[in-house]
Amino acid sequence: MARPEIDSVTGVETTGHEWDGIKELNKPLPKWWLWVFYACIIWSIGYWIAMPTWPLVSDFTKGMLGYSQRTVVANSLANARAAQSGFLDKIAASDLAGIKADPALLQFSLAGGAAAFGDNCAPCHGRGAQGAVGYPNLNDDNWLWGGTLDDIHKTLQVGIRSGHEDARDNAMPAFGRDQILEPGQISDVTDFVLSLSGGDANAEAAARGKVIFAEQCAACHGEDGKGSIELGAPNLTDRIWLYGGTRDAITDVIRNSRAGVMPAWKERLPPETIKQLAVFVHSLGGGQ
Amino acid sequence: MNSKTKAIAQNAFFDVLALIGSIAGIVIGLIFAVAGRDQVIAFHGWLFAAASALAAVYLIKQTFESGEEREDNGYFDGPVRVATIATVFWGVVGFLVGDIIAWQLAFPILNLDLPWTSFARLRPVHTSAVVFAFGGNALLATSFYVVQRTCRARLAGRWSPWFIIWGYQLFLVLAASGYVLGVTQSKEYAEPEWYVDLWLTIVWVVYLLVFLATLTRRKEPHIYVANWFYLAFIVTVAMLHLVNNAALPVSFLGAKSYVIYSGVQDAMTQWWYGHNAVGFFLTAGFLGMMYYFVPKRAERPVYSYRLSIVHFWSIIFLYIWAGPHHLHYTALPDWAQTLGMTFSIMLWMPSWGGMINGLMTLSGAWDKLRTDPVIRMLVVSVAFYGMSTFEGPLMSVKAVNSLSHYTDWTIGHVHSGALGWVGFVSFGAVYCLVPWLWGRKGLYSQRLVEWHFWISTLGILLYITSMWVSGILQGLMWRAYDSLGFLEYSFVETVEAMHPFYIIRATGGLLFVIGSLLMAWNVWCTIRGDKPVDIKDQPRIAAAPELRDSPGAAQPVAAE
Repeated sequence: MARPEIDSVTGVETTGHEWDGIKELNKPLPKWWLWVFYACIIWSIGYWIAMPTWPLVSDFTKGMLGYSQRTVVANSLANARAAQSGFLDKIAASDLAGIKADPALLQFSLAGGAAAFGDNCAPCHGRGAQGAVGYPNLNDDNWLWGGTLDDIHKTLQVGIRSGHEDARDNAMPAFGRDQILEPGQISDVTDFVLSLSGGDANAEAAARGKVIFAEQCAACHGEDGKGSIELGAPNLTDRIWLYGGTRDAITDVIRNSRAGVMPAWKERLPPETIKQLAVFVHSLGGGQ
Repeated sequence: MNSKTKAIAQNAFFDVLALIGSIAGIVIGLIFAVAGRDQVIAFHGWLFAAASALAAVYLIKQTFESGEEREDNGYFDGPVRVATIATVFWGVVGFLVGDIIAWQLAFPILNLDLPWTSFARLRPVHTSAVVFAFGGNALLATSFYVVQRTCRARLAGRWSPWFIIWGYQLFLVLAASGYVLGVTQSKEYAEPEWYVDLWLTIVWVVYLLVFLATLTRRKEPHIYVANWFYLAFIVTVAMLHLVNNAALPVSFLGAKSYVIYSGVQDAMTQWWYGHNAVGFFLTAGFLGMMYYFVPKRAERPVYSYRLSIVHFWSIIFLYIWAGPHHLHYTALPDWAQTLGMTFSIMLWMPSWGGMINGLMTLSGAWDKLRTDPVIRMLVVSVAFYGMSTFEGPLMSVKAVNSLSHYTDWTIGHVHSGALGWVGFVSFGAVYCLVPWLWGRKGLYSQRLVEWHFWISTLGILLYITSMWVSGILQGLMWRAYDSLGFLEYSFVETVEAMHPFYIIRATGGLLFVIGSLLMAWNVWCTIRGDKPVDIKDQPRIAAAPELRDSPGAAQPVAAE
């Protein structure tokens, strides 16, 4: 081509190419663009000199700062541990009552227990430990497996029906599904159970149910229905229900049984954390 | 006559070849359908056989109806039209599913407690539908359109372009139905199982060959910059797809396979793939689109030829290294993390080269931003491109990443690129293409484009600002310690804190969906040939090339 065409709007010449009516201006690279690009490259080269960067045959360039992510993590974990070690060592050495008696240890355990509770226990028991259907409320003084510091600590360690060899374990028969009781009998027992806590029960049916209860249920729940902490059998005379206190809910439990599970935390959390959790849960209001 | 008989013989040869291919497809589909080890692969076998049978019937029908020549302006636009419609269709589907899962995050009950509608299965439907179905069809349509115009050459192949377009739709249906039915190889953005991957490989290789063959047929001395980007996109995606999806099927008649990599090597391969899917699918490909439609629509020369060369090669060279920044502070060795971070920083200016060339091409035509909502959409897309390609290198810095990683900030970043850049540049291209391809004087309604633009822009802003706030909040809550060295917040509390932002995000997404429905309506009316309601407001360039020179903008458009 003879002379390049000049774009009339910008006064810049074009490259002379044209595709489907599209032309290109022959503009140089923007200066600021080029300099920032160079700056990024130079900065990167500097970073490479300072930090681990280039893979070699069996190793890599370590960089002048000797940075290693693993070392940083190990150090910060060690520092975090060291910052708490004054407390953690004492907690490890002390029994639960001793922790409770020492105000500084108690404060530390309550804070640590709350943090551990939030990440490990709250998904089932709720953020305020208020529980939900199937998951006990931990704020009240109604305990299935005992509410002393040691009881709570043991439950935390071994769990409930967790598969751990020392787990808290029991099994209520499924009276309906396994055809131990007739539907009519289950209905009668339901009335009796309702009557124990002053619920809306048919007196005649409850009287019939009482006989069946004495045969089938009292071994665990007691003649009076007050339950047994040794056996983990709930008290049926209060109005606290793990799976609901309506007629339907109670019938359903008698018919099909229930067997909630809590993990054994022994294998998952350090012993100091479990102790803190025990102290924290005990302090929620219902500790005995 | 000799050359004509030769052409007929050649066509007949290709027809027979295509027919053999379809019959092979039917046979293979039936084998999977009958002998498949699981229900999903059997179902996919039936689908595959049915699609092949449809192709065979169409081929036979075409052969018997031969003689009737189709309209011919020298270009092969049938496949482009199908891909354009598919872009709009999949766009609406993908945005809708995305908004549904956004509401699911805010209100988990919307999972409906069914496996098929759970977040886990719908999320890949969303990502694949927007990236591969919407974005992929937009790239197929525009690359086939652009390569023909800028090479002044007809698309190569008699049936191959059709095979690519319909084969790709079949790939999308196989992938999405597999996700819903629970089939996935659990690699992000590469979820389809081995047999769907193989099918895509075949389609993609044919795509590459057709594109290359068309380039070699060009009647222009130089290859236009848009085509460099399209070619880089096609070649690199082929390589990424093959390497990342290397897997061994448990049975050649079953859906399940195992990826051949394991541990940190698998993670690194996955994010080498994942990041370059962003780099070469969502960036290079769409830059190709930008390089044609922005200067074309603005009727201005590209700002700088030199910049286009330098930023093309620097993007190609640098992008491929940046993947490790997705794995900061993981088991990935320090050296790989350093490389990923520094190459991301160096990538900043090369990425911005595209933004400069896109925006500065408007020099002398800035007034069009006021009058033409299509050019405004294209320009705003470039602005979003510039913003997210600054945010990306920023987030790749390890110190920033230690706060941003795993938070909603990443989601916001991706969507400013996806909704703002990829979405808007594709919408702009679709609004250009539809009147051009269907021979209309303009769009059915430019005012609807205005509405689309403003509703979607508002939606994007709600989306990304809510995700910035919630992401940073989330990151700060995760790292907060109390004075005794315990975590200040439990994970559940951080989830609870996200709730209002999830609602804002989903609302933004809803606006984006509404915008896309307006587009679908507008495109539908334009294709149907409805009389444009505001043709006098539309620029000359809005009309199909053959209709551009007749002045009288007020002239009625030939109906149908």
